Amino acid sequence: MIPYAFEYRRANSLDDAKAILAHAPDAKLLAGGQTLIPTMKQRLANPPMLVDISGLKELSFIHASSDVIVIGAGTKHGMIARCSEVQRAIPALAHMAAHIGDPAVRTMGTLGGSLANNDPAADYPAAVLALNATIKTTKRRIAADDFFTGMFSTALEDGEIVTEVSFPVPECAGYEKFRNPASRYAMAGVFVAKTESSVRVAVTGAAPCAFRVAEMEAALKKTFSTDAMADIKLSPDDMNSDIHASAEYRAHLVVVMAKRAIEMAIGS
Amino acid sequence: MTAVSLTVNGKPVSEDVEDRTLLVYFLRENLHLTGTHIGCDTSQCGACVVHVNGLPVKSCTMFAVQAEGADVTTIEGLAQNGKLHPVQEAFRENHGLQCGFCTPGMIMTAVDMIRRNGVMDRETIRQELEGNICRCTGYHNIVSSIEDAAKRMAAAEKGEAA
Repeated sequence: MIPYAFEYRRANSLDDAKAILAHAPDAKLLAGGQTLIPTMKQRLANPPMLVDISGLKELSFIHASSDVIVIGAGTKHGMIARCSEVQRAIPALAHMAAHIGDPAVRTMGTLGGSLANNDPAADYPAAVLALNATIKTTKRRIAADDFFTGMFSTALEDGEIVTEVSFPVPECAGYEKFRNPASRYAMAGVFVAKTESSVRVAVTGAAPCAFRVAEMEAALKKTFSTDAMADIKLSPDDMNSDIHASAEYRAHLVVVMAKRAIEMAIGS
Repeated sequence: MTAVSLTVNGKPVSEDVEDRTLLVYFLRENLHLTGTHIGCDTSQCGACVVHVNGLPVKSCTMFAVQAEGADVTTIEGLAQNGKLHPVQEAFRENHGLQCGFCTPGMIMTAVDMIRRNGVMDRETIRQELEGNICRCTGYHNIVSSIEDAAKRMAAAEKGEAA
């Protein structure tokens, strides 16, 4: 399958990308392309121009300190999965990155691309929400809680490019997802993170957009164990329902995945 | 059209390509390297896996223009001096193919996973094959081939070191 014709521009720097976008408001950024290119091949997207930022070294880095890990938006999933500093500081984040797509997809796919696309079944939105990360763009810093605004929609404005994400290092964290047996996308994925002062629980794959679960967070703040999930029942009202799983089943899966994520957090 | 220059299987190539040309079509139609297959066209089957700068990539999910300056290896580039790569040899000996359509992608994925992991248990091999689909469902022998190749390559490396 061949996409519609478009013009390809390779950005030589972030400033270059900004300048090209300023003159081509309908252009799309090409980061890893692992969602964009399949969508274009199906002719579901028809951007007149692609601005390739995949080669920008200034967007590809991992800086780790004792309390925060800062990852460039152009960093590939495979690099994050294999980074020993990420594995040591936030093993759940490395584990999550190691289970996105498949090895070839992880060669190309990027953190920033995943966040900007905000696919309902993407893994990163759950991690960013649960870890209370901050998304830095070419214009500002956006708190995770303000970033994801709906299905395939974010707080990003036209021409705004995600440049890096800061993940505060938690006391412990865990991530587990239930994969669709055919597509391997998450039907429900839960990221749990515990810090000194709070517990955050974020869910992906189950609803149109990743979301936090206040009642789970409150229960886990009292007792950080799977027992805290015993009385939690989520409403299926806001869950996705499709040929793969009903809303009721997804609501049930979220609790099961939360328990597994808690076990992982406690074990780490 | 955009000019693209890259190295494919050790040889430099320069061509003008339409911007929307996928890497897999560039390899197959411009360079006539038809060992890289197109299976699903939806980025799922892995028949088109090649190595770009040493890492596995689905060549149906990358534009040729993105490979500017890159070092690309296809299935045709694995054998050296008429001698099959150990992974190719192991697929042959373990009957790791039935119809053979998925084989080029399986082998390119296998070479990468062995490079990263060395000798693996069968469960790990199956997980690593996440992005490669065999519709003959011949996974059993594919896993055996990769297991065998990894062991042989480790043994050969040990021999060389000794």
